[in-house]
Amino acid sequence: MKKTMYEKIWDAHLVRASADEVPILYIDTHLVHEVTSPQAFEGLRLNNRKVRRPDLTFATMDHNVPTTDRSLPIKDQIAAKQMETLAQNCAEFDIPLYDINSPDQGIVHVIGPELGITQPGKTMVCGDSHTSTHGALGALAFGIGTSEIEHVLATQCLLQHKSETFEIRVDGTLPYGVTAKDIILSIIGHIGIDGGNGTVIEYTGSTIRSLSIEERMTVCNMTIEAGARAGMIAPDDATYEYIAGKRFAPKGEAFDKAVEQWKQLPTDDGATYDRTLTLNAADIAPQVTWGTNPGMVTDVTGQVPNPADMQSTDEKQAAEHALAYMGLRPGTPMTDISVDRVFIGSCTNSRISDLRVAADVIKGRQVAKTVNAMVVPGSQAVKRQAESEGLDEVFRAAGFEWREAGCSMCLGMNPDILMPGQRCASTSNRNFEGRQGKGGRTHLVSPQMAAATAVTGHFVDIREFTS
Amino acid sequence: MEAFKEHDGLVVPFDRINVDTDQIIPKQFLKRIERTGFGEFLFYDWRYLDNGDSNPEFVLNHSRYVGASILIAGINFGCGSSREHAPWALQQYGFKVILAPSFADIFRNNCYKNGILPITLSAEIIAAISQRAKNTEGYRLMVNLEEQSVVCPDGTVYTYQIGDFEKYCMLNGLDEIGWTLQYEADITVYENHNRL
Ligand code: SF4
Repeated sequence: MKKTMYEKIWDAHLVRASADEVPILYIDTHLVHEVTSPQAFEGLRLNNRKVRRPDLTFATMDHNVPTTDRSLPIKDQIAAKQMETLAQNCAEFDIPLYDINSPDQGIVHVIGPELGITQPGKTMVCGDSHTSTHGALGALAFGIGTSEIEHVLATQCLLQHKSETFEIRVDGTLPYGVTAKDIILSIIGHIGIDGGNGTVIEYTGSTIRSLSIEERMTVCNMTIEAGARAGMIAPDDATYEYIAGKRFAPKGEAFDKAVEQWKQLPTDDGATYDRTLTLNAADIAPQVTWGTNPGMVTDVTGQVPNPADMQSTDEKQAAEHALAYMGLRPGTPMTDISVDRVFIGSCTNSRISDLRVAADVIKGRQVAKTVNAMVVPGSQAVKRQAESEGLDEVFRAAGFEWREAGCSMCLGMNPDILMPGQRCASTSNRNFEGRQGKGGRTHLVSPQMAAATAVTGHFVDIREFTS
Repeated sequence: MEAFKEHDGLVVPFDRINVDTDQIIPKQFLKRIERTGFGEFLFYDWRYLDNGDSNPEFVLNHSRYVGASILIAGINFGCGSSREHAPWALQQYGFKVILAPSFADIFRNNCYKNGILPITLSAEIIAAISQRAKNTEGYRLMVNLEEQSVVCPDGTVYTYQIGDFEKYCMLNGLDEIGWTLQYEADITVYENHNRL
């Protein structure tokens, strides 16, 4: 039978599949962070259970960590307690931990691929919805809740229903100034934030193939914003090259053998998906969100839409709420909207290639006087690499703050937050109400667009800014 | 987990689509290491004014809906973050059932695991129930899991779908980890076979 990549990985991980039961799926890698895990470890203790495979479990601290000087004590006592709890749990259950002082610390979805933990054909889970990121290397990776974290810790398995398959094909050459971020934002704009519910999306087509591995991560990362459990891209030579030599990657002969196996993963010719959508890269423009979810998005050349033009009453109401919250009037050109803050970071766009393109844009320029801008590298390794290339100097010279690694203002659990009413151009993935701080107004954009916005103080069409 | 057989409760209509888990429980309350104490922070930014007073405009604060345990929601309820703090907050506030035209996948899973029954009904039925709840103060529904039914005060019965396993787990308050551990031998065989 012809199979999709998802079906191949699924079938290879079934521990038990009986017709009238939910299948038991084996999990190859479990990533853990401080916010969603404490109650799961507590559950283990209460029931006298152990962690079945600490060797397949990796932990880091990212959501809560301050991004300022790490030699200072953490001011937020509750956050400090949560980090301390993770450290204790990892010690008690023998789980490797990349803590706040580790040179390998970083956002869980940045360090997984970086350390070579993420590999094609693996099943991977984490108590975080953006686990879909790891699908960029051909893994089946998805977010789970705390009860499921406890389940995986205790059994290394999950009870899972099989998802439908959804192929999203993007063909053609990406126009100048259009990035992976714009591809995924435009996809979400097309299918809506629930357009992928119940499915696992596989991205295919020549445009997707031409993306670097880090760009593929940006696309897969935001798959959850379309409601799909996981996003994946078939591994290819670029994937194998990316993985080769990484710390947890197989070495020597074992690597060659692994590559042979990985080559079996791509969807068979003639296999069918439950749903398919095809987009043309040439039709995609740089994107900016205008509302309070990632599906409320438009071309940078567009305008804030008019709720009166929306099709259903529900959508109309949602758009009215969104515009009231965002403090925007229908018909305003996107490029007329000015911002107070710029945030370059998050598991969507905080990798070295993101920082390089942003630095390219701001080199020799200055952040507008009205704007406060910051860069938060995705991991300490990204930070070191950027510093070795002198990118930190470029950012600092332009007036950006240069921080330590973590989730930071993507969700504002640490001190990095927007003040009520502040407007932010952000390279993160969620523009929900209050996401970056109560009353904060988030517009999602690519790193290039964020950098250009920092300079001009308002949104600009990157194609005109840099050409 | 507490077993769920049937529930008779006061209905609150919540007319918003795409309610995300950042709204259900904002991030500043995710720093707790306990599983309890989230109910008072449910819908925090909508429920309270900036000075900390209860927001009289917000539907859960209307006196007629105090004590509601059945939430009628719009499409794609619970989208966004995987935080299980969202169903914890809903459950600890007192919700036992959520009716919506659709749910986000991870959120729905998380509900089952915390004794909240997420019921999907068509948008038309949801709109009708929501309208009746607005028109009639004290509007209640009787939700039965065994029969997969929602019974309205006028006797109208709507039936809903639920997976056999989810139904079994909820009816029996099953410990899913315990359930998987009965197959520990299969897990070991799998690990040995795949040299994991
Ligand atoms: S960077 Fe943002 S989206 Fe990514 S894991 Fe951290 S909080 Fe979640």
